[in-house]
Amino acid sequence: MAHLTPTPVLEPGQDRTMILNMGPQHPSTHGVLRVLLEIDGENIVRIMPDIGYLHTGIEKTCEAKFYQQVVPLTDRIDYLCPMTNNLCYVLAVEKLLGLEIPPKAQWMRVLMNEMTRINSHLVWLGTHAMDIGAMTVFLYCFREREEVLKMFEMLSGQRMMTSYFRVGGVSLEPPLGFFDRVRDFAGYFPERVDEYENLLTGNPIWGLRTKGVATITAEDAIALGASGPTMRGSGVDFDLRRDMPYSSYEKFQFRVPVAKEGDVFARYMCRVQELRESIGIVRQALDGMPEGPIKADAPKVVLPDREKMKTQMESLIYHFKIITEGFQVPAGEVYQAVESPRGEMGYYIVSDGTSKPYRVHMRSACLANLQTLPTMCEGRLLADVVAAIGSIDIVLGEIDR
Amino acid sequence: MPLAPAITDIEQLKSHPAIARLLSWNPSSVQGVKYDRDEMTIYVDRSAIREACALLRDDPGCAFNFLSDVTCVDWFPSEPRFEVVYSLLSIPKKERVRLKVRLEGASPVVDSVVPVWPGANFFEREVFDLFGIRFSGHPYLRRIQMPENWEGHPLRKDYPVEGYR
Repeated sequence: MAHLTPTPVLEPGQDRTMILNMGPQHPSTHGVLRVLLEIDGENIVRIMPDIGYLHTGIEKTCEAKFYQQVVPLTDRIDYLCPMTNNLCYVLAVEKLLGLEIPPKAQWMRVLMNEMTRINSHLVWLGTHAMDIGAMTVFLYCFREREEVLKMFEMLSGQRMMTSYFRVGGVSLEPPLGFFDRVRDFAGYFPERVDEYENLLTGNPIWGLRTKGVATITAEDAIALGASGPTMRGSGVDFDLRRDMPYSSYEKFQFRVPVAKEGDVFARYMCRVQELRESIGIVRQALDGMPEGPIKADAPKVVLPDREKMKTQMESLIYHFKIITEGFQVPAGEVYQAVESPRGEMGYYIVSDGTSKPYRVHMRSACLANLQTLPTMCEGRLLADVVAAIGSIDIVLGEIDR
Repeated sequence: MPLAPAITDIEQLKSHPAIARLLSWNPSSVQGVKYDRDEMTIYVDRSAIREACALLRDDPGCAFNFLSDVTCVDWFPSEPRFEVVYSLLSIPKKERVRLKVRLEGASPVVDSVVPVWPGANFFEREVFDLFGIRFSGHPYLRRIQMPENWEGHPLRKDYPVEGYR
């Protein structure tokens, strides 16, 4: 295990080496990641990621907000998959409350969660390919991503910070024509994935830059806490959606893509296959979308409909009470994890019985995945660092919180 | 759906593989247990945490081979003030368990679990940074989120939300 604990890069070890500072403002670090490198020529001797440039203290802020006011904060942690974070948070609060969610809301959550995964993977694929030098893929990916964002806007009124999932259900009934638009998208999207694959999968330059580069074994990945495609690319067959299902994922049929090699190419293949599986889940969700309410029947927790508020005194009182004093959550603690596009996203929430969370902790998949960087890169070339950072798909907002 | 009350009686829960393993190894290492909302929590003695983690990881009946998370809760002003929380996941058995260590506010020191899971490195640095818990045996215990020269530990309950100005 000792080889997995990196030696800190503080000063050059020998005369031959030098310290190179990469970032925090570097286009290939996907945000504000600073990497300290000790290099011998172009070979990496030691590497140390330095984070915290985007720390905004969201966990502390959560402690001063009502439970329902935390939902918009969770969007801002990981701006590429806002709904996954919404989902994880609301599931945790619902578990604390012991709240039952109607089937339609659960299926809407699955549908939107998979759309979010597609959105996130498209940004990853585009930027990762551009880092390595394939410019065109970026434009192709953002063409489809734009359509996904437009659908988000249609549904929730927001392109990125959707806050669509609420404690007890989802915030709005999907608008007329929304499902048709999603079905259209699900119809042509697999062809578009073929287009990306045509550009990359068989491309010899892409192969040279990714195959055998930045490898990590399954044992090392588990020991370092890596999850998601970073772990599955090394041959660990584990996906929270299938193995510890939440939000009625057990009712969906899908395959979990696993690759054995553990290199950049394996992680790329896992994510591209996930795009196809996600669109399959979207189709199943559309076909089997149940009828019924989109919010749980819990007037003390869930905001009433606008219409009821105008006609019923009781609804107006509940609305006033939820907005002004929040809803009380029984004391206790839960850890809820979901499979985010990057791995295991977890929320640990402690309640002391009041209407504000006593402690909210986000288990960030990227923070753990980033720890694999030294194992992947040491002894390799400087250019491989860029490929490795891209392949673990980091979002600094989530790492620093 | 009303919540079932939490079970804290160790006699009822000692058939759980993780608790059984810890009790057969060292009965004094388990200070308490709690089963609430389908989640198992084991309160582990401060001095036993590293061995307990290694034991639960290597025992084939438990196989908690993945460390999901390390975090902390500050119960200021009551004592013991801090609870360091370890979320363990068993990939082969698809199970979770939570270990907790209670620490006094005066000298919050606990053994690092980096020798057991190297992945605890960043998590423990974060807890050190934001709560001021010291992990003995950690290879590089420096601030990770806050600037190097920051004073205080922001996630402590006696630290104001808007900071010191």
